[in-house]
Amino acid sequence: MSKHGKIPPLTPEQERARRRRNLAIAFAIVALCILFYVVTMAKLGPGILVRPSI
Amino acid sequence: MSATQDYNQTDASPRISLAEPGDYFALLKPRVMSLVVFTALAGMLLAPGPLNPVIAFASLLAIAVGAGASGALNMWYDADIDAVMTRTRTRPVPAGKIAPGEALMFGLVLSVFSVVTLGVVANWLAASLLAFTIFFYAVIYTMWLKRSTPQNIVIGGAAGAFPPVVAYAAATGEVSLASMVLFAIIFIWTPPHFWALALVKSSEYGRAGVPMMPNVKGADRTRLEILLYTLLLAPVGVAPWMMGFASLVYGVTAMAGGAAMIALALRVYRLRQGQAGDRAAMQLFFVSIVYLFALFAVIVAERSLARVLA
Repeated sequence: MSKHGKIPPLTPEQERARRRRNLAIAFAIVALCILFYVVTMAKLGPGILVRPSI
Repeated sequence: MSATQDYNQTDASPRISLAEPGDYFALLKPRVMSLVVFTALAGMLLAPGPLNPVIAFASLLAIAVGAGASGALNMWYDADIDAVMTRTRTRPVPAGKIAPGEALMFGLVLSVFSVVTLGVVANWLAASLLAFTIFFYAVIYTMWLKRSTPQNIVIGGAAGAFPPVVAYAAATGEVSLASMVLFAIIFIWTPPHFWALALVKSSEYGRAGVPMMPNVKGADRTRLEILLYTLLLAPVGVAPWMMGFASLVYGVTAMAGGAAMIALALRVYRLRQGQAGDRAAMQLFFVSIVYLFALFAVIVAERSLARVLA
C-alpha cells in the first residue's frame, strides 16, 4: 500500500503476469484433484464397488 | 519498470511481482528434474512383480517435484554465487524475476508436499528417503559442502544418486542391492562429469568463491582424479550385467561406454594446455552425459519390454 493508503493500479505487465500465475495455480490445483482421485481409485481397486450389506 | 527494480525499491509502494509461471518452473531445474525422472524410472522398473501404472506415475511425479523443490532451495541459497557466473546469472533469483523469499517458500512448500504425497501414494520408507535426499542436497551439499570443500560434488553427488533407490522403495517398500548399484553408478559418475566442466570453467568458480577441485588442488590433480574415478566407474557400470539384473545388451553397452569414458579421461589427463585441453575436457563432459543416459536407457528399455511381454 502506498503512503496515502491507496493501492495504485497495476501496470498491464503486472496484470498479465498475475493472471498467468493465477491460471498456473488453478491448473495445478485441478491436476492435483484429478491425480488424487485417480490414485484413490487405483489403491481401492475393484473393492470400491463392494458395499457392506445392511 | 523491470522485475529487478521491483525488488530493489526502497519506498513503500507495492512490489507486485512480474514473475511468470515459467520462472517458477525454471526454479525447479527442469533439466536436472528430467534426469531424476529417468534414473528413478530405471530404479522403479527393477522392482520385481507388477507395477500399478497410476501409483508408479504418481510416485515418479512426487520424486520429480521433490527434486525440483531441492533445486528451488538451491537457487534461493546460491543466488549470490549464481549472480557471478555467466552460466547461472540468468536464473530467476539473480535475474530479479523472483524474490529470494518467494523461492525459499516455493521450495519448502513443494518439499513438504512431495514427501507427503509420496508417503500417501506409495509408502513412508520412500517418502523418508525422498525427504533425506532433499535435505542432503539443500542443506548438506548447498549450504555446507559446496562452499567449504573441493570434495563438494563427490559427497554431494549422493543427492543426485538417490532417485533410483527412492523409486525402487516406492515400488517395493524396501531397498535392494540392485537399486544401490544404480546409486553407485551415478555416485561415481558425478566427479568426472562435473570436474570435466570445472576444468574449463575454473575461473568462474574461482570468481564466485566456490572451492572446486581445479581451483583448490590444481588442474593436474583434477585430471588425475578424473582418470581414477573413471577407472572405477567403468567396472561399476558393468555390475548390473555381472550381477544378473541387466542383459548382455546392457553389458556390451556398459563396456563400450566405459572404454570410451576411459579413453577420453586419458586424453584429458594427457592434453593439459590451451584449447586442446579445454576441448578434451568438454568432450568428456558431454560423453559422460551420453554414457549415463545410455546405461539407464538400456535398463528402462529392456525392463519395459520384459513387463510388456510378461
